[in-house]
Amino acid sequence: MNTADQYLKAIYVVQRAENGPAATGTLADRLEVSPASVNEMVGKLADRGLVDHEKYKGASLTDEGIVRAREALQTYCIIERFLANVLEVEEFQAEARELESVIDETVADRLDTIIDRRSDCPECFDPESDACEHLDFCIENPAN
Amino acid sequence: MSLATRVGSDRQLARLLQIGIVLEEVVEARAYHHHQSLSAEEQTELDDDIEHLLEHAAEESAEHRQRLEELIDDLEAESVAFEEIEALVDGQYGQTKPEDFDGILYDQLHSEETAYKFYDDLIGAIEGSDAEFGIDRDSLLETLRGIRTEEEEGVREVTEIMEERE
Repeated sequence: MNTADQYLKAIYVVQRAENGPAATGTLADRLEVSPASVNEMVGKLADRGLVDHEKYKGASLTDEGIVRAREALQTYCIIERFLANVLEVEEFQAEARELESVIDETVADRLDTIIDRRSDCPECFDPESDACEHLDFCIENPAN
Repeated sequence: MSLATRVGSDRQLARLLQIGIVLEEVVEARAYHHHQSLSAEEQTELDDDIEHLLEHAAEESAEHRQRLEELIDDLEAESVAFEEIEALVDGQYGQTKPEDFDGILYDQLHSEETAYKFYDDLIGAIEGSDAEFGIDRDSLLETLRGIRTEEEEGVREVTEIMEERE
């Protein structure tokens, strides 16, 4: 997942959690980068029509930005679910964050063929736990 | 502005190699399923080129898996049992199976392209890292580059068959 998609995903999750624009400081904390880096990238995303940025309030996704962000969040959910249910990684949220920049959406799509993801994904993503609310930490049971 | 796209530890490297193994196992299991899912009549009609392609894909994936497992062993991490992934492919295959020969070829092309992209990104992430790994970096990259080249050839091979069928 490229850097722009990671930002869009973060803005989407923060907007949902806070029910309003994503503040620069909150995004910086979530992405573990400096506020200056956030401002620079948000400016680029605004130039591309993916984000609206209001000074002192924060960033909000445009309709096009929401579509991209939801795709990125789905990719992230696939990585988390794969780590938790197939590889049985206990710290799957932390590892998913480490790996998301190296895992492309085409790779995630292929991993998606062996996990049982719900059709309402990514609606069921819980920003607080940073994971799908339906995710059970257990070995996936293949459907018979 | 940039978020790290590099491999920074043995644990992270081992995890990515495990994902590579799973991708190979998915290719191997799906190639087998594609063949088995055809009716007796369809199997008779099956073009020699496609049959050879599916057999070759399964053999090559098994061989790539072995090479990745050797790297994982050296990192003292565990591999992922083929039987486990085969069962997962089996469980979900009904919802994702291709409808015809062209669908099988497209699925195979998607597998080869996905594997190529994965190894290409992984090689880039290792090259972009100055971390010291528990295995020799040069031989790690040599192995991954070798597999990436074979995936690239796989993409070309499937594309040629698809073009011939047009």
